[in-house]
Amino acid sequence: MDVVTAAGMLDELMPMHLSVSKAGVILHAGPTLQKLQPHLKLKGAAFEDVFEIVRPRTLELGTDLFPAVGTKVHLGFKANGGVGVKGVIVAAPEGDAVVINLSFGIGVLEAVGDYGLTSADFAASDLTIEMLYLVEAKSAAMEASRQLNLRLQGAMIAAQEKAYTDGLTGLKNRRALDYLLEQMLGSKQPFTLMQLDLDFFKAVNDTLGHAAGDAVLCEVARVLNEETRDSDTVARVGGDEFIILLGGYLPDNRLEEIAGRFIQKIEVPVIFEGEECKISASIGMASTHIYDAAATASDLMADADAALYSSKRKGRACFTIFEKAQKSSAIQKAEKSSEEHVSLM
Amino acid sequence: MHGLVNRSIELFLKNTYGETAWGDIVRRSGHEGDGFESMLTYDDELTYRVLDAAADLLEKDREIILEDLGTYLISHESVGSIRRLLRFGGVNFSDFLLSLDELPGRTKLAVSDLVLPELEIVDDGEDRYLLKAQKLWPGFGHVLLGVLRAMADDYGALAFLEFEGEDDETESVSIQLLESAFSEGREFNLTQKAG
Repeated sequence: MDVVTAAGMLDELMPMHLSVSKAGVILHAGPTLQKLQPHLKLKGAAFEDVFEIVRPRTLELGTDLFPAVGTKVHLGFKANGGVGVKGVIVAAPEGDAVVINLSFGIGVLEAVGDYGLTSADFAASDLTIEMLYLVEAKSAAMEASRQLNLRLQGAMIAAQEKAYTDGLTGLKNRRALDYLLEQMLGSKQPFTLMQLDLDFFKAVNDTLGHAAGDAVLCEVARVLNEETRDSDTVARVGGDEFIILLGGYLPDNRLEEIAGRFIQKIEVPVIFEGEECKISASIGMASTHIYDAAATASDLMADADAALYSSKRKGRACFTIFEKAQKSSAIQKAEKSSEEHVSLM
Repeated sequence: MHGLVNRSIELFLKNTYGETAWGDIVRRSGHEGDGFESMLTYDDELTYRVLDAAADLLEKDREIILEDLGTYLISHESVGSIRRLLRFGGVNFSDFLLSLDELPGRTKLAVSDLVLPELEIVDDGEDRYLLKAQKLWPGFGHVLLGVLRAMADDYGALAFLEFEGEDDETESVSIQLLESAFSEGREFNLTQKAG
């Protein structure tokens, strides 16, 4: 029968233990602990040459470790700083040495990788292997969940874009417009709301068909995108109704210029299957700066709509800027505007 | 059925028989959408419709497909994680076999809603083992057969494995371990960083 030695037994049960004599000399080191210091023979070395006590910081030890019996300690290797170990110091049965049983604590993952440890390096009762399994299994599961989240997020963004986009023209739709309008009002920055209705669009649809009508709408969308800044909003809110939000303070002469250019470009005939589609546009505008109190969405919409109505009454292909001071002046403005654009009609 | 199972089947069929075949199989199975999400749950019945559609299209027995699926799960590089997780079970093939009854528990720790059939491993002391799988997923025994064949290779063990048959409650696989260290096997380190 084999003789069981205490050291052999401890090596099997606690492969990371250390026994240290009263004089501070390492009497024995478990095989796994020795593996962490491949260039240094632990047995026979002085404990204080090999280890530094990381915690408790207040623990000042000479060569004799007995005063620290019962203390939980965190140790570091003086040689390579890297991995830390932790454990408890107990007195050996003979009373002439201490035994310190150590483990890696939370740094185990790194230590196993750094030192190429295998399950043979851990005690049979040690749960390290189970922990490593769990870390890896959970990471894989987490990664699968993360991938799912990314795909769902992608689908959500696509769905949102679809929900906020006019399918035919790619412009923003009514829902997007309502949202952005509230956002702009909330930001307290000045802007102008422009309502633009196409004139003679019904005639194109009726005589040349819906496909021609669609082509015209797409061309109008292209023109409006081209003639506005990226920061402006162009939305199609009805069959042939568009709303444009022009950001920033724009004086009336600038608005007239912009509206005039819109109409001019929209009046360029679209050729669809060899047929000329001729349309025009009427525009009504209302700017936030004309209101004494903070403008609301419904104020702006109603007033731009009133201005648009004036433009239509003046024979279409006109633009009107709504003026708060006297509602009648809006109509005068319309007259003036339409005169200016006689050549465009 | 847990999405991980369906997704495994999907990857196996895609990687082995191509995207077009997979597209056909999905259509034949009546599944809406073009594949499965591993972290969602689907009807058990759908999984079998997919397997039957695959058997139909590929003109193979369902059992053969399931066994190939098992082999694929271990040996194909796109699903290396399963092989690694199984290798945590033991340091050699015999050790691994004896850990198989822990597999459902281990799986549950990793993905709490993935409930594997209960496994029971019986060892006659002469390198003969009998693995019994609870008949939760009919056909799972064939998947296990493929998995164990591939794992024997992975450990470098030489073993003779066979589907032993089934009764109302279980499906059985027998394993005769001929040589534990027949070849080098594949390397396994406890952490992925080390390789």
